[in-house]
Amino acid sequence: MNQSGLPWRRGMRSLVWPVAALALLLAFNAATMPGFFAIEARDGRVYGVLVDILNHGSRTALVALGMTLVIATGGVDLSVGAVAAMAGAVTATLLVQAQVPWPVAIAGAVALGMCCGVWNGVCVSVFRLQPIVATLVLMVAGRGVAQLITGGSIITFESGPIAAIGNGSFLGLPVPVTMMVVAAVALQVLVRRTALGLCVQCVGDNATAARLAGVPDRAVMLFVYGVCGVLAATAGIIECSYIKAADANNAGSLLELDAILAVVIGGTSLTGGRFSFAGTIIGAMLMQTMTKTLYMHDVSAEIAPAPKALVVILVCLLHAPRVREWVSGLWRPRGGSA
Amino acid sequence: MKLHRLVSATPVLATCALLVGLFAFGAISYPNFASAAVVRNLLVDNAFLVVAAVGMTFVIISGGIDLSVGAAMAFSATLAAALIEAGGVHPLAAAAVVLAAGLAFGLVQGVLIAVLDVPPFMVTLAGMFLARGAAFAVHPQSRGITHPFVATTLNETLAMHLPLGARGVTIPPTVVVMLLVLIGAWVLLRHARFGRAVYAVGDDACAARLMGLAVRRVKVGVYTLCGLTSAVAGLLFALYQQSGDPASCKGMELDVIAAVIIGGTLLRGGAGSVIGTFAGVMILGLIQTIISFQGDLSSWWTRIVAGGLVLVFLLLHQGIGVVARRVGRTADRQG
Repeated sequence: MNQSGLPWRRGMRSLVWPVAALALLLAFNAATMPGFFAIEARDGRVYGVLVDILNHGSRTALVALGMTLVIATGGVDLSVGAVAAMAGAVTATLLVQAQVPWPVAIAGAVALGMCCGVWNGVCVSVFRLQPIVATLVLMVAGRGVAQLITGGSIITFESGPIAAIGNGSFLGLPVPVTMMVVAAVALQVLVRRTALGLCVQCVGDNATAARLAGVPDRAVMLFVYGVCGVLAATAGIIECSYIKAADANNAGSLLELDAILAVVIGGTSLTGGRFSFAGTIIGAMLMQTMTKTLYMHDVSAEIAPAPKALVVILVCLLHAPRVREWVSGLWRPRGGSA
Repeated sequence: MKLHRLVSATPVLATCALLVGLFAFGAISYPNFASAAVVRNLLVDNAFLVVAAVGMTFVIISGGIDLSVGAAMAFSATLAAALIEAGGVHPLAAAAVVLAAGLAFGLVQGVLIAVLDVPPFMVTLAGMFLARGAAFAVHPQSRGITHPFVATTLNETLAMHLPLGARGVTIPPTVVVMLLVLIGAWVLLRHARFGRAVYAVGDDACAARLMGLAVRRVKVGVYTLCGLTSAVAGLLFALYQQSGDPASCKGMELDVIAAVIIGGTLLRGGAGSVIGTFAGVMILGLIQTIISFQGDLSSWWTRIVAGGLVLVFLLLHQGIGVVARRVGRTADRQG
């Protein structure tokens, strides 16, 4: 755990590659797409392609922030898409069928997200199930539960405070962006100003060693999966607010993949330990920019995942120790000092 | 020693007991449930799932995971339909191309995982994206297969009629292929050097390497095999649906993994069987049949029950692991 030496510079170095990739992609877009950087202010908020990317990227980024913590403990949460679908279903059902005021509907959805997250945490920390499978259970069952909540139909609602979450603006920027910034700052403060971040890293590096050293590994697990569940539910509320409807079947589909990819691109190690929220947000924006670029070049929404997959494999290869050794071997002068 | 063996066989025994129990429950609860037609439908409707699950069994026994199965099936089905209908290729030649593509896809994933040390779930997650996108690139919509060889020869001439039940049952060739794959996989896993190596690698890759096994080659082989069975499953699915749809088989990898776990294969690797996997798929199919016989339950209960069953079996495996360790320790002390 001797990573305390110059953590800031270490953090900056790991951000170089995702930032460079994002800059490259933006430069490519600027060259090929006239008006890509055009931003106009109307009715007290800004519009433009970049704002659009920021808006939709925030939803992925919110989930990815929670996923960062989970992956930092050496786990993974595959259920975020299903949790988002359930949260959307609960929000719309409470709002339309139970006629409750909107804060209650949101509180209900967030509470459900937290329950799902804590359940995942219990499966991983108490029952000692592998995270991939423990969350797979909720991923399989969760979408069925979401369908049951909505009764299989798509529940639509009129514009109101909840519709304003996805479509309104705060200080000129879309509301989801504000939510992402608040969540990121809160988590950063919570994790870096308390011992929590260190605990998360310890558990991710070596759970057994952490337990023997007195780190409350179960509490840490419950916390990270709980946070991930809450953020997934928030993303679900945002998604159902975009379309003013809860679609149990399609809401949050592929959300888990985008979130995991954002985390990996952001430089958080898949084997646990080191993590970076800033990297994750850049990763999420990179994913969203990539999606937008593909759409703007007339690649259909169905084919778009294929090039994304190639990029991901490339990033994983750059992270792989064997490839790194091989590449650094190329640079080293032959017969030089190893 | 006997007690040890009994403990390690418990998952498969529990699976078989559940299968028999579910069928008995259905037979008692609903008239006409215990018929040849129900069993026939169970086999026909799940043939492709069994084949895909067989490949996944090898991967999970070796301690890995493959999330790309569903997308690879959709790609195979779409490629077959496009080659036959748009390309005018003979179905047998198209099948050969599809199988070669599946093999190559699995091989690349295996090399990335075993040789370059990228985590399996990351590689296969990307593989899932890639195969799904490629399926849409091959053909953007569902495409029906009307070639006479498929429609007539395969589905009518080669179908077997068995004099079972009141009107007899017709077994399509997909079921025969499924049985052949099952037998082949059983022999490969139980009686071939490769199969024993898969168990050894899944149990403890380090020990396997020290014993002189080519761990990397075994892992590459396992993912290649899974790519091949996914392609076979995709072909069977295309035959079953009489079409190739790039949007089909979404979430199929979860059904497949669920079936393998319910079938008693341990997720941490090193233990499991093809027979158990077959029983696992049949259990998922039976749940679906029972829900449709019940009539007033929505089909989403299938997924909820499947999720619950996976959890129960995972906990069972975990409990058995604890018991087995205790029994093993007692045996060590006595021996």
